[in-house]
Amino acid sequence: MDLRLALIDTAWTLAGIVAIVVPLFVAVAYLTLWERKLIGWIQIRIGPNRVGPLGLLQPIADGVKLLFKEIILPTNASKGLFVLAPIMMLMPALAAWAVIPFAPELVLADINAGLLYVLALTSFGVYGVIIAGWASNSKYAFLGAMRSAAQMVSYELAMGFALVVVLMVSGSLNLSDIVAQQGRGRFADMGLTFLSWNWLPLLPMLVVYFVSGVAETNRAPFDVVEGESEIVAGHMIEYSGMSFALFFLAEYMNMILISALTAILFFGGWQAPVSSALFDAVPPFLWLLAKMFVIVSMFLWIRATFPRYRYDQIMRLGWKVFIPLTLVWIAVIGLWMQTPWSLWQ
Amino acid sequence: MLAEYFPILLFILVGLAIGVAPMLLGRLLGPNRPDPEKLSPYECGFEAFEDARMKFDVRYYLVAILFILFDLEIAFLFPWAVALNDIGMAGFLAMMLFLGILVVGFAYEWAKGALEWE
Repeated sequence: MDLRLALIDTAWTLAGIVAIVVPLFVAVAYLTLWERKLIGWIQIRIGPNRVGPLGLLQPIADGVKLLFKEIILPTNASKGLFVLAPIMMLMPALAAWAVIPFAPELVLADINAGLLYVLALTSFGVYGVIIAGWASNSKYAFLGAMRSAAQMVSYELAMGFALVVVLMVSGSLNLSDIVAQQGRGRFADMGLTFLSWNWLPLLPMLVVYFVSGVAETNRAPFDVVEGESEIVAGHMIEYSGMSFALFFLAEYMNMILISALTAILFFGGWQAPVSSALFDAVPPFLWLLAKMFVIVSMFLWIRATFPRYRYDQIMRLGWKVFIPLTLVWIAVIGLWMQTPWSLWQ
Repeated sequence: MLAEYFPILLFILVGLAIGVAPMLLGRLLGPNRPDPEKLSPYECGFEAFEDARMKFDVRYYLVAILFILFDLEIAFLFPWAVALNDIGMAGFLAMMLFLGILVVGFAYEWAKGALEWE
């Protein structure tokens, strides 16, 4: 391949990246508004409604405000690491999107190790938290980082085991293949595609995966890491202005990423729930988007509903409930696949 | 083959750039008026006492060590899970034996109270 072709190729890839990143930033901005609106409605309040019609310009006002705030570098902090931490949070939250299939053939990097790559990058986030907590050289930040490291690491195990079960039935690490596999089966042949998706036979794994996802992103009710009423903001306490905004962006991007992965691994990704002329006319991309929207709203609903767990309850749920449950389900599904009644030939 | 991974490398670089750019912009556009009180570690208005990098509970180490064991186990399970439909009963039983040994270890640490956070 000569240089000119290589350059054109690179330009196209860059265009693809921009086509993912820009809508992602818009989605994050409006997810913050949707969160405040939805939680407002749940608590019989109105939510933000001052900036622009229906408060629609609120996220932009917030962003501009953060941009013009001072970035504080505490005297005691390890300066280099302190600046590095937010970047370390944002980079994996963005880069994981490279392998997400938005529709058939519509994926930036169609690699065979897709799921492994996603798992690697989502576990990368814990470095950002630990570095932030250590570099800040502040007690609250340090405590927050310790808690978060132990919590994220514990739930990553449950998440990993749940993914192993998905892999067993899919027989592929490629996310596009995992979606395609869910469109096959007895129910799919009858036109009831949604009964062939992974959520039904792997229901306990769906619960484990989603709850672990909430814990991995440090969202309520697993937000002892931030715990604003005891350790103020945990690892983010010394950050301000844009350096804080990066943590915030990464958290919301991770929420959207977990929603996308839940939709892809358990709810058939871009597939329509029922195969009919009307549903098949909808672009596949919109189906994925609709599923993601419902799942991401679940995050917010959970936050509005449940009080925060105590730390010992969090560790007990992760180690004593989820890990044994996933181990049992690996054995059950493995055995099921060996019988003549296996759904996944 | 390796060319498929090029977009990922590019995406990681773009991700780094998107991380660095707001920090620089914020530094340029925001005010910068440091004073000793503002730059001291936040401790609810008190003077900071003793070092923030203090001793912490040994159980955090324990969780980290247990995590390494189980995470390695997941790494072993990945290729097995992908190939399960081809390797059949023999492959399934071999992995169950391996998991069984690990479950014995898990039960032992549970019984020893390594998972307790009262």
